[in-house]
Amino acid sequence: MSDVLAVVDHRRGSLRDVSYELVTAGRELAGGDELHVAVVSGDVDRFAEKLDLDGVDAIHTVDYGEEFNHDVYLQAVEQLYADLEPGVVLLPNSVNGLDYAPAVANSLSLPLVTDAIAFDTDDGLDVTREMYGSKVETTIEVDAEPVVVTVRGGEWPAAEANGGADVVPFDVDIDESAVRSTVTGFEEVGGGDVDITDADVLVSVGRGIGEEENLDLVFDLAEALDATVSSSRPIVDNGWLPKNRQVGQSGKVVTPDVYLAIGISGAVQHVAGMKGAETIVAINTDPNAPIFDIADYGVVDDLFDVVPALIEAFE
Amino acid sequence: MKILVTVKEVAEVEDDFEIDGTSISESSLEYDLNEWDDYAVEAAVQIAEAGDDVEVVAVTIGPERSEETIRMALAKGVDRAVRVWDDAFEDVDLLDVESKTDVLAAVAAEEDPDLVLTGVQAADDSFGATGVSLADELGFEWAAVVNDLELGEDTASVRRELEGGVEELTEVELPAVFTIQTGINEPRYASLRGIRQAQRKEIAATGLGDLGLDASVVESDLRLTEMYEPESESDVTLFEGDAEATAAELATVLREKGVGAE
Ligand SMILES: Cc1cc2nc3c(=O)[nH]c(=O)nc-3n(C[C@H](O)[C@H](O)[C@H](O)COP(=O)(O)OP(=O)(O)OC[C@H]3O[C@@H](n4cnc5c(N)ncnc54)[C@H](O)[C@@H]3O)c2cc1C
Ligand SMILES: Nc1ncnc2c1ncn2[C@@H]1O[C@H](COP(=O)(O)O)[C@@H](O)[C@H]1O
Repeated sequence: MSDVLAVVDHRRGSLRDVSYELVTAGRELAGGDELHVAVVSGDVDRFAEKLDLDGVDAIHTVDYGEEFNHDVYLQAVEQLYADLEPGVVLLPNSVNGLDYAPAVANSLSLPLVTDAIAFDTDDGLDVTREMYGSKVETTIEVDAEPVVVTVRGGEWPAAEANGGADVVPFDVDIDESAVRSTVTGFEEVGGGDVDITDADVLVSVGRGIGEEENLDLVFDLAEALDATVSSSRPIVDNGWLPKNRQVGQSGKVVTPDVYLAIGISGAVQHVAGMKGAETIVAINTDPNAPIFDIADYGVVDDLFDVVPALIEAFE
Repeated sequence: MKILVTVKEVAEVEDDFEIDGTSISESSLEYDLNEWDDYAVEAAVQIAEAGDDVEVVAVTIGPERSEETIRMALAKGVDRAVRVWDDAFEDVDLLDVESKTDVLAAVAAEEDPDLVLTGVQAADDSFGATGVSLADELGFEWAAVVNDLELGEDTASVRRELEGGVEELTEVELPAVFTIQTGINEPRYASLRGIRQAQRKEIAATGLGDLGLDASVVESDLRLTEMYEPESESDVTLFEGDAEATAAELATVLREKGVGAE
């Protein structure tokens, strides 16, 4: 295909998993051409050692600042782009990726495809991405080069092994007056007495429950099953359950023996937090709900009929 | 102060749906205000209610049908709306981020807002990108995935919701674009009075020409060429029958997995 520039993600001293996956995706896109990996800010030399992976041709280190700042990343990527002239700028579809990838694309006047889950490079570039909350997949044909693409985490395997890539310190010229936001700290949220990551069995409730008072039904089931109650995001957004019950990308990652998803559609950000469960059981009225794509057992029916019957079966 | 809120009417797919070429057949779609934009509207209206002389203007790119949805935003306290549409939009399968950015930026140029709020993502095509792209186009500062916002004189203090229950605390110079995350507030229901008042509020139908743009703004290097139902990754065992029967089957499986054993 063409040279690829992939920019990795890190936070508070660690490379995030998607960084290693980005290398695999980047190698796939580059084909016989070069894969350039860049790491911006933080302990770049230590990061560079970890990024010396199979398929990486060069690692560009941008030693400027500690944590992610989109104004710094934007300028660094613009300058790397001018220097390397890649055909694809490959960025993670993480929260920070989405905080600068669109600015990179707009500023360089390049088309932008976000949240890629697969590529086809046989005849130009085709990107697979989902729509309508994962209910359908689509193919986006990219009729131009260069292009900016962001990749979803967890879709490509992490790159491993030693590559023997060159580490090239990149001399960046950051215009400080264009850095108009400052990170002042981080805070962990979602603490408290209940630790859903500890539970062997989770009864997890989603928007299908309809009303706050219906949550009683879910707590009754949890009691009958000797399980812990967790939830999808809207339940927490509504203030019906505290943040420490939320499963997903912005909540907790759980790996119970059994995960019972009740009235949960299975949006990607939810699945990110529970796909590692041993056994997944789903109750949902929608036969096309994406949760059934990852469930082991399921019932396509109204939770208000099935859950009471299930409680009875356990009493 | 003027706040511009971008709002989109999004299509929700019914349980049973049919794909017709590269789109979902109209009969399987229901329309609603994008969930994330509902929170952005609420954030804007709360700022207006707390301040003096704050105007909230909603902007949408959408067909006439979307006025019903946009009126809901007006009923919740938005002062007026701008709806951009043109024949040129009718034929595009996919309005990409670049096109949306150019159109919304043209509206922003006319309105000259001090603050722009968007949703984190549109629930239908979920690019998750329009707000930040628009910020770059306008030369505004920005923050993506904001779940707390406090406006100061020249800066705003925001929390950005990162992955894994970590929040980033950031000071952002104004003017800025913030992409609003669900849970930042409790979106109100429109009151009867609000709904009545909304009938008298303006939704200015605006063409590309009115904005000094032409049909070339919808041109894109991206083409939507296929749409299909994803293949299942697991071999799900579905239990059928009435609730009593399926619950009994579920109970058997759960007991096998050791659930409920004291
Ligand atoms: C940056 C970002 C981070 C996010 N982080 C998270 C996260 O950490 N966790 C998370 O969960 N989400 C997260 N989300 C939100 C996510 O995109 C979805 O909006 C959310 O997961 C949907 O929750 P849900 O499945 O409960 O609701 P819906 O998607 O509304 O699904 C409700 C389901 O209930 C079913 N249903 C309705 N009535 C019944 C009934 N009577 N019986 C049985 N079934 C019924 C419906 O068929 C539907 O499938 C995030 C989004 C973004 C953009
Ligand atoms: N057609 C549109 N009209 C107005 N605003 C839009 C439109 N599409 C997207 N937006 C805004 O941009 C946000 C992010 O959308 P997207 O980048 O498409 O996921 C949405 O939450 C809206 O606030």
